[in-house]
Amino acid sequence: MEIREIIVGAFLGVGCFFVVVASIGVVRFPDFYTRLHPAGKSDTLGQALILSGLMIHEGVSVVSLKLFMIIVLIFIVNPAASHSIAKAAYLAGVEPWKDKEGGRS
Amino acid sequence: MSFLLTALIMFLFWIALSWQFEPLYLISGVASSLLVAYLSHDLFIGQADVRTGVIRLFRFFAYVPWLMWQIVLSNIDVARRTLHPGMPISPTIIRIKNIYRTEMAMVLLANSITLTPGTITIEVNKHEFIIHAVTREAAEGVLMGGMIERVKRIEGGDDV
Amino acid sequence: MFDAAATVITLAAVLVLYRAIKGPRVYDRALAVNMIGTKTVVLLALIGFIYKRPHFLDIALVYALMNYISTLAFLKYREKGRLD
Repeated sequence: MEIREIIVGAFLGVGCFFVVVASIGVVRFPDFYTRLHPAGKSDTLGQALILSGLMIHEGVSVVSLKLFMIIVLIFIVNPAASHSIAKAAYLAGVEPWKDKEGGRS
Repeated sequence: MSFLLTALIMFLFWIALSWQFEPLYLISGVASSLLVAYLSHDLFIGQADVRTGVIRLFRFFAYVPWLMWQIVLSNIDVARRTLHPGMPISPTIIRIKNIYRTEMAMVLLANSITLTPGTITIEVNKHEFIIHAVTREAAEGVLMGGMIERVKRIEGGDDV
Repeated sequence: MFDAAATVITLAAVLVLYRAIKGPRVYDRALAVNMIGTKTVVLLALIGFIYKRPHFLDIALVYALMNYISTLAFLKYREKGRLD
């Protein structure tokens, strides 16, 4: 067990943790807008960490370059996708869920 | 000018993806990158001149580490709220004024807001950003956190 | 190690599938389907490493683009009722 493999394992583990947390969040949060939060953030970071782990495993090569491109693409595209879904829902008039105190709107 | 620059970037992209150096691959790469550059060079480079674009690109690279740190904080926060049995959330919607001239700055701020703690951009138009925040503290964090000023600094003043 | 990560991601996709089936609105479903798509990208990359076939990464790159465009196309169709 090399030291590099341990680092790769740590990246994969933390990334999987965030991906699972995002999935639990999407199932558990009470309304559509709050569900966007785990989908837009935890999912992005989790996937980026897993792909970074693969990059460290691979070292410097063309494969790493492709993985890096996928990471950049995920960082641009994932928030954009959740934003476009949010905007579509907002324009269609989906009401945000309020807590008992009643959030301002 | 923008045509040749786009063709060059597309060809570098082709080489990075294929990593084959036989003549067949290189010739088809040149052909396809010229075709793509012909079809889309006005979209890819856009209206701003190249020097301004490069300056903004370097400022953007200086912004990325700060953004990464904010993303890590944001994810720990979301994970804590997700796994907390009582689920301490109080959703609210805020509006902030749009002070940017270029579309890239608006895209960057909207993207950064979505990636940082507890806030998501719902709608952007010429006058305002509409933001959904998972807690009131997160909503105040956007206004106080300095992100708006940082993105404005990347965009620059009137001359750049 | 890679196969364990792939298994965990598949289980997470099953969790999201629950939200895609349950709804209640079409936007929740679109969100869930988009998330499953992005998980598929990571899964493709992991499969490429498990079977030592780096060409899977090209498929993953294209799938990431396709997934985003299909989400946008779905939302546009939903809003306007046509795609032109």
